[in-house]
Amino acid sequence: MSKQTRNLIIIIPIALMAFWIALSPNPIEIFGRTIAVHLGLDLVGGVQALMEADLPADVPIPPDSMETARIIMESRANGLLGVGEAIVQLAGDRRIVIELPGETDPEAALSVLGESGLLEFIETGQINSQEALALEGTKVETDYPTTPDVPEGTKIYHTVMTGSSLKSVGVQLDNLNQYVVAFELDKEGSKIFRDFTTAHQGDYLAIVLDKEVVSIPIIKTAITDGVGSISGNFTNDTANELAIQLRYGSLPVPLKVVESRTIGPSLGEDSLQKSLVAGLIGLGIVMIFMVAYYRLPGLVADVALIIYVVIALSLFKIIPVTLTLPGIAGFVLSIGVAVDANILIFERMKEELKQGRNLNQAIDLGWNRAWPSIRDSNFATLITTIILFWFGSAFGASMVKGFAVTLALGVLVSLFTAIVVTRSLLHLVLDHIRIASHPRWFGVHMDPRSN
Amino acid sequence: MDIIGKRYLYFLISLIIIIPGVIALALWGLPLAIDFTGGSLAELRFESSNTPALEDVRALYAEFGFEEAEPRSSGEDTLIVRTKHLDNATNNQIIDEMSQRFNSEITILRFDSVGPTIGKEVTKRAAGAIAIASLAIMFYIWYAFRGVKNAHRYGISAILAMLHDVLVVFGVEAILAHFLGWELDALFLVALLTVIGFSVHDSIVVFDRIRENEGLSRRKPYEVIVNNSIVQTMARSINTQLTVFLVLLALAIFGGSTIRHFVIIMMVGVLSGTYSSIFNASPILVVWENREWKTWFRRKSP
Repeated sequence: MSKQTRNLIIIIPIALMAFWIALSPNPIEIFGRTIAVHLGLDLVGGVQALMEADLPADVPIPPDSMETARIIMESRANGLLGVGEAIVQLAGDRRIVIELPGETDPEAALSVLGESGLLEFIETGQINSQEALALEGTKVETDYPTTPDVPEGTKIYHTVMTGSSLKSVGVQLDNLNQYVVAFELDKEGSKIFRDFTTAHQGDYLAIVLDKEVVSIPIIKTAITDGVGSISGNFTNDTANELAIQLRYGSLPVPLKVVESRTIGPSLGEDSLQKSLVAGLIGLGIVMIFMVAYYRLPGLVADVALIIYVVIALSLFKIIPVTLTLPGIAGFVLSIGVAVDANILIFERMKEELKQGRNLNQAIDLGWNRAWPSIRDSNFATLITTIILFWFGSAFGASMVKGFAVTLALGVLVSLFTAIVVTRSLLHLVLDHIRIASHPRWFGVHMDPRSN
Repeated sequence: MDIIGKRYLYFLISLIIIIPGVIALALWGLPLAIDFTGGSLAELRFESSNTPALEDVRALYAEFGFEEAEPRSSGEDTLIVRTKHLDNATNNQIIDEMSQRFNSEITILRFDSVGPTIGKEVTKRAAGAIAIASLAIMFYIWYAFRGVKNAHRYGISAILAMLHDVLVVFGVEAILAHFLGWELDALFLVALLTVIGFSVHDSIVVFDRIRENEGLSRRKPYEVIVNNSIVQTMARSINTQLTVFLVLLALAIFGGSTIRHFVIIMMVGVLSGTYSSIFNASPILVVWENREWKTWFRRKSP
């Protein structure tokens, strides 16, 4: 089996897969992962914000607390706002980027995200262990700060104490070598807790963060001195998780909005359609140019180009890469780069043909000689995309990052199509054609003496 | 085709293109977008075609303490208002007031708000990004051409050609910014960095041919080798540039106004990059090889 046939066996399934993934309009399930187009905020509309620790610049912020703030804000973004696919990421040491697709009111959304969370300890009444277990993870209504206005029949729990009474929280090993979450209360909290736990020994006490039950321990003994612990089959991780929630029910660092960008849904939709049309027209022009100038090899390059486009698009879906407007521009630009590799090879091929080499030699020589240029020049483009990515990531500038990622991926995929696809297709097509009889197909004007 | 022989003519053409831009830069400067200065930008659409006069909008902003607000029309029924940093809550108040006073439903197409400290940091980091990109590319070329005599010259020549493109892009930006009201934003920097990458991309293709030809024919004079290499890669350089240019043109015409500035800057950069890789980067190698600067300021002996 020749090398070209072997390559074709690799290319055809990949191309078919890519066609299927790239062109399928609906999300696809593969290996339990949903594969779909991810569109950036500038294309669907929404709010993007950069929040910064509201502390003087010379005050160091422990990385843990930024991460904790991120986790808390992420759960709020997904829970409280009810927007799908909110993105909350750290950007640098003291900033957090928030993206809320579909959100239109930045003020309302960001004030919810940035406020300190509310930790409450609520009285559950006399319930059995199954009822207690069922309560965990559910939303509840409480009478703190005021009794809410809810439909009749909804249970309203009494808040015994809020998180502001907690003095310290930590993870310890008890004398049975089990992880426990130990806590200490302030003076007022100690008093409330002493009275409550003495009266309700054997009952459950629910710990509620932003009205969601995060843990529901049982009161084994009265806690009279303000120092107690929560036990219950914890691992080191789960104990720490609870400790963080207790300690940082409120955000561990105060945050302020330093940058916010809101894009209305209509502008986004308009941009998406226009850039898609522009991309298709650009692709069409390039394909026509290639055939007009390079004839038969140009046609082969066009086929390779289409394979390139579907592979790149399906990679965007699989990874997934969030497509932004500059990202689409980067991708369209990479079509030009992909063609460049073909042009380099064809120009070399033409030179070799003019020097009287036969077609097979011309393809291989042209390819071998063009390769160092293709490799070195594309590497330079890759360097700039890496730096662009670094530039964008410190500010959560998803526009800049989107452009860098699509251009870089485009360059990498175009190397693959130039190395494997164009070359194999050329051999496949040209092995059966005698150049001498059809020089025009190659855009080569043969000097009759050289034949 | 003799390109190397006319190298000073081509350097002159570059100067003629760059100088007006530099003058524009000096005269008018570059208006920076809120990405760098901090501030707010709102793009509003008035649904009932009751688009108010710019003067009335300015007065309304002044009442809220934003005397510096610069409203301008950006379409039939849309306005863009730039102000100093304005938080989301205040913006909502202003829009509500505007909606009542001008008796029109208002859609917020876009509202960007950037704190002043962020702007400063973005500027610093942008400068860093461009400096690092230049150095990284220079050393990469130096490394890629390590087998060749005087490898460092290739890296530095590519960077000089790249600086040429950066100057052209900044100059054109300054001129267009003055006449079209463009502002230099973060996307401009993205375009600039991409142009840098492409410019070097083109220079490398020519250099690579020089490297190959040097290996094949050591006897020929350096100038001839360089000239042959430029001519041999010319078709490729122009065709590649043409495809990239066509693609960008499609984006500029059909791609909507949001990225038009970005795309046009990239088109300028691609044109300049092709020119500089053919007419500047490689000729600089020859100038260096001959150490021609020794004769620049001396009368030629008869």
